Amino acid sequence: MRDVAIVGIGQTPVGEHWDRSLRDLAVEAVLAAMDDAHVRRADALYVGNMLSGTLSFQEHLGALVAEYAGLEGIEAVKVEAACGSAAAALRQAVLAVESGRVEVAIAVGVEKLTELASKCTTNALAMAADADYETVMGLSFVAINALLMRRYMHEYGVSKEDFAAFTVNAHANAQHNPFAMFRAPVTRQQYAAAKMIADPINLLDSSPVSDGAAAVVVVPAERAREFSEKPVRVAACEVGTDTVALDNRANPLWLKGVERSARRAYRRAGVGPEEIGVFELHDAFSIMAALSLEASGLAEPGTAVRLANEGAITPRGRFPIATMGGLKGRGHPVGATGLYQVVECVLHLRGEAPEAVQVENVQYAMAQNIGGSGATVITTILERLTP
Amino acid sequence: MDIPRNWRLREQRYRLQGTRCTACGECHFPPRHVCPRCKGRALEPYRFAGRGTVYSYTVIYQAPEGFEQYVPYVVALVDLEEGVRVTAQLTDVDPEEVTIGMPVEMVLRKLGEEGERGLILYGYKFRPRIEGSAGGGP
Amino acid sequence: MSVMKPVREVGIVGYGAYIPRYRLAAEEISRLWRGGQDAGALPVKEKSVPGPDEDTVTMAVEAAQNALRRANVPPEAIRAVWVGSESHPYAVKPTGTLVAQALGIAPATLAADLEFACKAGSEAVQAAVALVGSGMADYALAVGMDTAQGRPGDALEYTAAAGGAAYVIGPADEAVAVLEGSYSYVTDTPDFFRRAHQHYPEHANRFTGEPAYFHHIVNAARGLMEALGLTPEDFAGAVFHQPNVKFPRKVARELGFSPDQIRAGLLVGEVGNTYAGSSLLGFSALLDEARPGDRLLLVSFGSGAGSDAMSFVVTERIEAARDRAPRTRAYVARRAPVDYATYARWRRKFTV
Repeated sequence: MRDVAIVGIGQTPVGEHWDRSLRDLAVEAVLAAMDDAHVRRADALYVGNMLSGTLSFQEHLGALVAEYAGLEGIEAVKVEAACGSAAAALRQAVLAVESGRVEVAIAVGVEKLTELASKCTTNALAMAADADYETVMGLSFVAINALLMRRYMHEYGVSKEDFAAFTVNAHANAQHNPFAMFRAPVTRQQYAAAKMIADPINLLDSSPVSDGAAAVVVVPAERAREFSEKPVRVAACEVGTDTVALDNRANPLWLKGVERSARRAYRRAGVGPEEIGVFELHDAFSIMAALSLEASGLAEPGTAVRLANEGAITPRGRFPIATMGGLKGRGHPVGATGLYQVVECVLHLRGEAPEAVQVENVQYAMAQNIGGSGATVITTILERLTP
Repeated sequence: MDIPRNWRLREQRYRLQGTRCTACGECHFPPRHVCPRCKGRALEPYRFAGRGTVYSYTVIYQAPEGFEQYVPYVVALVDLEEGVRVTAQLTDVDPEEVTIGMPVEMVLRKLGEEGERGLILYGYKFRPRIEGSAGGGP
Repeated sequence: MSVMKPVREVGIVGYGAYIPRYRLAAEEISRLWRGGQDAGALPVKEKSVPGPDEDTVTMAVEAAQNALRRANVPPEAIRAVWVGSESHPYAVKPTGTLVAQALGIAPATLAADLEFACKAGSEAVQAAVALVGSGMADYALAVGMDTAQGRPGDALEYTAAAGGAAYVIGPADEAVAVLEGSYSYVTDTPDFFRRAHQHYPEHANRFTGEPAYFHHIVNAARGLMEALGLTPEDFAGAVFHQPNVKFPRKVARELGFSPDQIRAGLLVGEVGNTYAGSSLLGFSALLDEARPGDRLLLVSFGSGAGSDAMSFVVTERIEAARDRAPRTRAYVARRAPVDYATYARWRRKFTV
């Protein structure tokens, strides 16, 4: 086994790309990452995506994206793990290069959610849940998170208004990210007045429906400097799973998938949560931000919301999250999100994050991508390589 | 119309039929192939009594396709007496009456319809227990 | 003509009611369609309205579940499931199989749906009596259940309601009420009908009274009493089909029954006309209050037209059975009013 590094990153703006297709977005991100790494070829392409078949009537993305990115002929497959698809694709790239079988691997995450009517998208996203026992009951994906949020409020005596801290932070940071979908701040008053979707989750607790693609180039660490002046080492990229249906978990407020994935990542990287300078977590809903912080060991159970209100999560706080907007502010093109998070972590480690949100002296940055309500979790720890 | 799928699930949907591990006695819903507790594979059908309490709930205002006619409706996590948690709608209740810990009992209701011409789907929901009821499903 | 009676003594071994939670006040319909000018002469106070997730199947399952609990027999012992209704959810596909499956009665059972306007429920009871009475089976389940609809603004809209009851028919020595005999009276009388594919029924206004409701009920009830050698004084209670409050009161008077005899079973003012469920539902309320030894009369009426009259004698088993399931009045008392707009939405009166 050998160390691997990320030597190229690419991302498209997140938004409603009416004029661009699934393959347009994927190719743009792949080419940007290849340009960034100064490569013209690769050995393998792993495409993370959740809903191409359902919303674009297109499967077989591996060969398709390879072909249109000028990489026809190489090994190329699609990887699916609901909203965790992109980081799951990265994991495959990392394993491939680590093993020595592949020299240059590209992982790209792409999602096109605006193709059909929003009802179709809502239904499609719910496919991350258990179709026979959750979705059939009229449960949207938002509603699953609402069940968690209600219980959290009940168990820990937290009020709905307290969750505003996550949204306010995400939007404040997204303002500075040119790739973010929402580039305007949100106030606590706006949060309190937002339309309810599935009580207690309102519109401003929820990440938006968006399109986008992000990609990275992975190579052996020993060769990293052939490609980049500022390579970033993949210290860990570890997967943990849990039950798909929320109701099969003894304590739904403790995301075991997160705990398993994060513990494996800390162990592999040889670091603890206190050494993480930036944490791009999976704040698809504000409750998920709280639960992820807790199960990742950054906050005690039931304390994440309070810590968020004390400013711990801002770029100048103790554990900055959603520094470029997170899923809430940057947007959440589901099967691409995990690689946006990784790209953002790389920017921090390179010192290339937007000035207002750049966290200083980051040695380790962590990205955590979650599929479903915590059933698949991929935690990636990235390390700055000093020249 | 996914007729075979809904047909296949009828004992579970109509009668809360799950499984019980013959080795460790653990009850499961939905039915399992491998006991999550002891990993035993000798499981037998087991019917739940259909009585429980609300563990958590949400009131849905933006419904998935096919559920618009029920808005606003309540979906809950219900803790069954046998120690299993299920996801189900609450029915015959005003959303503002629902509380965590509320006792509920299973009833069979329409889950939805596959359009004007398609199948009508029936399955378990829960409602506040009513006077004189032994509680639970059929 | 002689009384109809099976060779084997049979009776009701279990019974159960169901009424949905929601109510629409007749005043609310009057306000919308009549400017409230008929508020002094409304046929009922309010009617039951099924929730948006209820239909004849779901309501039949709950009533039958209550009946099975009172009968205290294992579901697989039931050998027929017959559901009488004019609002079966499917035009083709039996309600009976779904009820049988949901209750664990399937698969070794007969199952079918019956239609005879408001008499479909008592017809199902008659069939169950015949099956058990012949010795073909020990137990059979009969259900009368409806989610009746009247055309918006029509007189029927005031009363067309949802609910019904289920009966497990079994051997007389296990019965809470033993059947003494029945008498049916049927003629071709088109007082009310609904053509195939039509959503709402047509009715012949005042023609639905004398030549239809009154003629058939009176002849069935008199036929039964004459055949059995009984008079109204012999009955502790009676239920006549309840399309509104006025008709059953009037027919009771005409037959010589006192207001006291029909009081316990007269639910129509509070729940409306539950069609195929109506007389069976009233009878379940009567059983809830009956004492051992009481003789009870059930007379249904279905448009088209006909009546089944049945006489039962209550046994001591009623006392233990009664509290195994919710009483009919508990369902009457469980009420949440809805406005016309909500009712119209749930009953799909809007094009969406």
